[in-house]
Amino acid sequence: MDTMTVQIFVPCFVDQLYPDVAFNMVKVLEKAGCTVQYNGNQTCCGQPAFNAGFHDEARAVCSKFLKDFEGAEYIVAPSASCVGFVRNYYQKLFENSSVHNEVKHLSDRTYELSEFLIKVLGKDDFGAKLQGKATYHDSCAALRECRIKQEPRQLLSKVKGLELVEMNDVETCCGFGGTFAVKFEPISVAMGDQKITNAANTEAQYLISTDMSCLMHLDGCIKNKGRNLKVLHLADVLANGWEE
Amino acid sequence: MKETAASFIAKSTVRAADLEHRRKINFNIGRYNAAVPQGKTQFSNVMQARENAKNLKWRAIETLDQQLEAFEKNITARGAKVIWAEDTAEALYEIGRICNAKQCRTVVKSKSMVTEEIHLNHFLEQQGIESIETDLGEYIQQLDGEPPYHIVTPAMHKSKEDVARLFADKLGVAPGLSPEQLTLIARQKLRDKYIEAEVGVTGANFIIADTGAIAITENEGNARLSCAWPKTHIVIVGIEKVIPSLQDLALFWPLLSTYGTGQKVTAYNTIVAGPRQPGETDGPEEMYVILLDNGRTNLLQNPATREALYCIRCGACLNACPVYKNIGGHSYETTYSGPIGKVITPHLRGMNDYKHLSYASSLCGNCTEVCPVRINLHELLLENRHEAVENGNSTLAERIAWKMWKQASLNRKMMNLANGNLKNKVVNKIFKGWTQHRSELHFSPKTFNEMWREKHSAAK
Ligand code: SF4
Repeated sequence: MDTMTVQIFVPCFVDQLYPDVAFNMVKVLEKAGCTVQYNGNQTCCGQPAFNAGFHDEARAVCSKFLKDFEGAEYIVAPSASCVGFVRNYYQKLFENSSVHNEVKHLSDRTYELSEFLIKVLGKDDFGAKLQGKATYHDSCAALRECRIKQEPRQLLSKVKGLELVEMNDVETCCGFGGTFAVKFEPISVAMGDQKITNAANTEAQYLISTDMSCLMHLDGCIKNKGRNLKVLHLADVLANGWEE
Repeated sequence: MKETAASFIAKSTVRAADLEHRRKINFNIGRYNAAVPQGKTQFSNVMQARENAKNLKWRAIETLDQQLEAFEKNITARGAKVIWAEDTAEALYEIGRICNAKQCRTVVKSKSMVTEEIHLNHFLEQQGIESIETDLGEYIQQLDGEPPYHIVTPAMHKSKEDVARLFADKLGVAPGLSPEQLTLIARQKLRDKYIEAEVGVTGANFIIADTGAIAITENEGNARLSCAWPKTHIVIVGIEKVIPSLQDLALFWPLLSTYGTGQKVTAYNTIVAGPRQPGETDGPEEMYVILLDNGRTNLLQNPATREALYCIRCGACLNACPVYKNIGGHSYETTYSGPIGKVITPHLRGMNDYKHLSYASSLCGNCTEVCPVRINLHELLLENRHEAVENGNSTLAERIAWKMWKQASLNRKMMNLANGNLKNKVVNKIFKGWTQHRSELHFSPKTFNEMWREKHSAAK
């Protein structure tokens, strides 16, 4: 069969804190028949500065991103947050600039992992196994920036041994929000508390999401409250229980 | 840190940890959430209706000057007087002048956020005039000496038990009355005030340009009593409330009701097109309409923020906002709270004092998702942040931090430099706010980048 070449983007915090998630994404993409390429020059999509209002600094880093991914057919990332940013905000940042067309093209080629697997590859079963009960957290970026809702659920439904249960207020934000999580810590933690309470009420053992940023925050809240929940990135689940 | 920002953080810290508050708000917003889908059933295509509404508001705001002049011309022809007020002081001065001329002792007023914005009750009190809130929710808030908690549901944070206790305390009625009994008591008290009042003050939900009228949406009939019973009716309204035509109400009434309360249409909708006309048997002898700017033209000036003026004050974005639900309406210490309040307050009352509100958001985008007139609320928060930075409202520390971030992000080698242990120490120190109620972050000893390089050079 044809192999598809995929450039992966490993978000800055995944690179630094959760390299396993990126390796698991690679494992799944390779199983799906893709040739995975990684440009070692890449750093960050530029979102943190943009969200803080520092557009010039963001634009510099976004320009680097454009350059690092020049010519890639598909760009896949284990983060709806970064993908949503590239898709929806690069065009604003580079409005009326000479790279306008390039940016438009880039937006069309950038995918979050689950939507790439389902929408582009049309594959949902990788032979993954995970015993137990899980609940899925819709990240705001997946849900509202990328319009991802069914894709991760479809993928999880094919994981052997896994029972998926929905939590209350599943579309409500977990409270991460980048610098918001530290600048407005009490609000962020209260939101996180409502989220993990809803998750725990399902009696799930696993809390799964497309976004490590939400999970990093929620894991912090879970450990602080001594809740019995393990957070897992979708890629971790899909890569579990089988070897290449 | 600015005093306003410090106070916001202090207040929201207390509220966010208040589990009783959380329970009441989740309960009341839960009821709202259950009702809204009912209201939506009346639209064959609710998204189309919202787009149409946005387009109409776009047209109204792009031609605001013409719309307002048409309104003035048309309603003046029917005997109303239109007053243009640039700010709070001008508006209050005009209201004071009118009340003086009418030797007014008592004002009845219906629910209006604009009167909150200009602190009308306080002003009237200083003039020795009694000002009575006639909307039940506002009446409750006035009894309790609190500003409204929510732009549509002023006493949303009070349970029915709280209200019974308040009535017993302040009005000396029996404790533990039911909501029906409490309503009857308020009704009795308020009827007397309508008869006493020389002046009635209302807001307006819509300014209708082509007919020269204002429209008021309500559920208790108190607003139409406030404008019809006293001899003088004063309307005070923000200039952005304009819609081009009377026809447009066919869209805006159901939309406002659905997104405000989940009703198909509210119990009372009144169009007022001037004072009592010759040959008519009731209505006020005089009607004044005060068109208030008070910073709205700041939003108008910038094409990027202009769409915030499309707001019909339905409150949907507040109900959808997880920050609002955790910190409540009072922590903002602004007239307009929730997402729309965060967007407009820095422009109405100064970026420097209120920019913190634009940052107090996780940018979850749920506000944008629910807004009936499709205002890009979360993107406007980003716009405000950008504007704050451009205007030099950021701190030196922030500017330096982002410069350093840029340097590091442009240089892959720098990101691989320090080892995991060092990063753990530094980051967990810098992000003190992170670890207070969350466990520490653990950097990987090596980055993905390093591990990938090692793996692939070994393979070669
Ligand atoms: S911004 Fe939109 S959702 Fe919020 S109050 Fe205004 S119209 Fe309603």
